[in-house]
Amino acid sequence: MSQAERFQPSLTPEVIASHGLTQDEYQRIVKLLGREPNYTELGVFSVMWSEHCSYKSSRRWLKSLPTDGPAVLQGPGENAGIVDIGDGLAAVFKIESHNHPSFIEPYQGAATGVGGILRDVFTMGARPIASLNSLRFGAFDDPRTRYLLCGVVAGIGGYGNCVGVPTVGGELFFDECYNSNILVNAFTLGIAKKKRIFKGRAKGVGNPLIYVGAKTGRDGIHGATMASEAFSEATEKRRPTVQVGDPFTEKLLLEACLELMEKDCLVGIQDMGAAGLTSSSAEMAARAGTGVELELSLVPLREQGMTPYEILLSESQERMLLVARKGSEDEVKRVFGRWDLDAVVVGQVSRGRLFRALFHGEEVVRIPVEALTSGAPVYNRPVERPEGHDEVQRLDLSKVREPEDLGAVLRTLLDSPNIASKEWVYRQYDHFVRSNTVVAPGADAAVIRIKGTEKGLALTADGNSRYCYLDPYVGGVLAVAEAARNLASVGARPLGLTDCLNFGSPEKPEVMWQFSQVIQGMRDGCVGLGVPVVSGNVSFYNETDGRPIHPTPVVAMVGLLLRVARCVTPWFKSPGDLVVLLGRTREELGGSEYLKVVHGLVRGTPPWIDLKLERAVQQCCLRAIERGIVRSAHDVSQGGLAVALAECSIGGTERAMGARIETQEMMRADALLFGESQSRIVVSIKERDLGRLKEIAAREGAPLRVIGVVGGTRLIIQPLIQVPVEELKSIWSSSLERRLK
Amino acid sequence: MRWGVIVFPGSCDEQDVYDCLKHVLKQDVEFLWHRDNLKNGFDCLVLPGGFSYGDYLRAGAMARFSPVMRGVVEFAARGGLVLGICNGFQILCEAGLLPGVLTRNSSLQFVCRQVYLRLEETDTPFTSAGKKGQLLKLPVKHGEGCYYADPDTLERLRHNRQILFRYVDGRGKNAPGANPNGSIDDIAGVCNEGRNVFGLMPHPEDAAEKILGSEDGLKIFSSIAAACEKREREVRVG
Repeated sequence: MSQAERFQPSLTPEVIASHGLTQDEYQRIVKLLGREPNYTELGVFSVMWSEHCSYKSSRRWLKSLPTDGPAVLQGPGENAGIVDIGDGLAAVFKIESHNHPSFIEPYQGAATGVGGILRDVFTMGARPIASLNSLRFGAFDDPRTRYLLCGVVAGIGGYGNCVGVPTVGGELFFDECYNSNILVNAFTLGIAKKKRIFKGRAKGVGNPLIYVGAKTGRDGIHGATMASEAFSEATEKRRPTVQVGDPFTEKLLLEACLELMEKDCLVGIQDMGAAGLTSSSAEMAARAGTGVELELSLVPLREQGMTPYEILLSESQERMLLVARKGSEDEVKRVFGRWDLDAVVVGQVSRGRLFRALFHGEEVVRIPVEALTSGAPVYNRPVERPEGHDEVQRLDLSKVREPEDLGAVLRTLLDSPNIASKEWVYRQYDHFVRSNTVVAPGADAAVIRIKGTEKGLALTADGNSRYCYLDPYVGGVLAVAEAARNLASVGARPLGLTDCLNFGSPEKPEVMWQFSQVIQGMRDGCVGLGVPVVSGNVSFYNETDGRPIHPTPVVAMVGLLLRVARCVTPWFKSPGDLVVLLGRTREELGGSEYLKVVHGLVRGTPPWIDLKLERAVQQCCLRAIERGIVRSAHDVSQGGLAVALAECSIGGTERAMGARIETQEMMRADALLFGESQSRIVVSIKERDLGRLKEIAAREGAPLRVIGVVGGTRLIIQPLIQVPVEELKSIWSSSLERRLK
Repeated sequence: MRWGVIVFPGSCDEQDVYDCLKHVLKQDVEFLWHRDNLKNGFDCLVLPGGFSYGDYLRAGAMARFSPVMRGVVEFAARGGLVLGICNGFQILCEAGLLPGVLTRNSSLQFVCRQVYLRLEETDTPFTSAGKKGQLLKLPVKHGEGCYYADPDTLERLRHNRQILFRYVDGRGKNAPGANPNGSIDDIAGVCNEGRNVFGLMPHPEDAAEKILGSEDGLKIFSSIAAACEKREREVRVG
């Protein structure tokens, strides 16, 4: 028996099934190869054809998203998306999920999620300068929620802080549907010189493949396959598939890669993320139309006796694969040596579009590159509207009793973890490092300045899964609309978005229906508001014991401010300023936080949206900010108008500032105060600027109404609510911490 | 005058310090690599924040052994000005250039927020541009910033007026919520007996421009610049 054959157990139906491959998929492999695969090859196919790597269930739907726009330099398909921000600079960004690992091992799962997305960004030649995260946990009364929340937040902080990339914002939402399946989506944005963008391409036959970074161990083998399965009781046993992060090595890798990119050595580069060495080399070859040849015995190992199968499938963190110009090997080694990192030639770019791996000179894998990438199956999965969905959408408001004490309702909502201050979370993240942070976490969107220019970028992550559950199409539209509105509220015009689509099992027609509806909604939102999708990630199989999560698309949007000094925060600035509502309040309560928290109902239809009106309101806000007449601006979202006004009063770091508001609308008081009608922004202005704001609103077609005046120590909403703002601030700012004690 | 900013492989705030000195204060500044021996010709060395060598052991515990640190110790012994910010403060304590130690925050969590500092002493090169009792608004961001010194050391620090900054509330008063990490006696920064080595946990370089929410951090850097220029003048006159 040869050395290589010892590592090739025979393939029984059980072995095939344990790789997550169906019989049909196995037959497809046999057909593509013209023979049976060996054990190592089976492993390679199983990761490359996993849902996580191949997008086999989502691909046909994703195609419908608009990916082009005047600022787009790189759309989906690369490690991250890229938009032009002028001055010869580009913003590189992406969001990615790390849901399954974070549920199994919250600290390391979340930490390595941050590590992975950072690599996706700096692999393209961009220095990461800001991160966001979007988190979903189960209800607070679930005993695991506190443990998971504390672990995930500490993990994100522990990794991001050490690498020196500020975490400037994000979102956090609690709902029972995430009790056994939390969501951890991590976003990073970097800045690159437009002329120095690097891509994952294995070009130039004979060019060396150079392995850099941490050594390879047995951790994370089949992580991508795990991410492509639903959870069950046995999931705890999956703990060894979670990787362990080393942020210090990541920092070295980041600095070394950026230093190398200043030189003329690099042809292509890709992070070894999901499916490790296998996917990085195969994908680079596929994009370049070449082949690769790897000698696995050269790969730096952390453990003895690792088999070719393990080396190819390891998901050890902090590793990159470079394609260097032939002859520049010593220069590459010198740069990495300066940062105390290994750089080892492990193979070369070859002719013939073959993915070949040798072990001590013996061939162990020989697969056409296309068979692994474009040859992966694409499924047109059945789609079916769930039975009983009409019932879910039915909401008879006459049966919903209007509370008498509306002040008490406001207090209850400000205390709800979904609305309360998230300071307990973001104070564990360094949000100042790199000295660019102009608007820190807690506002509608974070704002960072671009050093050396007058510009700034605004970042936000949004997605209301309750809306998506009730109507996935409308929920998809609203996710895009809210993100754009958050950017408008700070004064930024959207450049592009990246999406993380978290759903249940695609093998269920009801889940596929949700998915297809959300995508169609997002598409219409993107087209209506003129925002392209430049990168993204799909995470299916977010379900445990057959219960899927609510459909949860997370939209992370990036916008540009030409003059960052003009940016606006949500908080009232001075007594005497006028409070103005842009947009219109309708009598609607479906899907609201109020309905859930006060009445225990998750039903009805999400708020109505008209993209024309949405656009008008956003344009009005943007133009008014650009003219310099807006003192504060805040999007009305969860909790409705009353919560938005309270946040304007109490959300800032300075002392709370009250306001006196007059209402006129003829509708239920609870809908007026707590309904979540879309396309609304609360702004405050100097009284003398009202005429100019009215002019702008008229030109843009945005409804406008002066609703009150800033000042005093109470929030008064005549004749319904009258509460001291210091009391509201105390409830709102202590809620999370109190629950975590 | 010339500034040197020391770069460990895990430094995170070296660029912030550099940009503040170079672009805001128009100073002559250079990065110094941890593996190199310290060159001559600097007036002030800054040890920036970050995680020097990963700090998996104890913040700053390994950095004190790096080649550049031998030169820093000699430079300080000759009276050169050394400023340690955050991780730099931790390294200076580990290296014995400053008294006391920095331990894990009393909350056991990393903390990132704005704090107020009260300037306690102005007769040092790091604080001479300020007024006694003046408040500075600066950010902190650290997991191990809880300053501790044994009672004798603490007494000596007070006696020698080595405590340059304390955490206070927005009105300048000692208050329970004002101290972000549980430091003894609300200590945010101390200097050595010779008053030429100073370490603090808050980050003056991240509060150096109006657009970032505060310019108070400039007080420290401009004090140093003024002190060095004064020295140069004295040398010339002498």
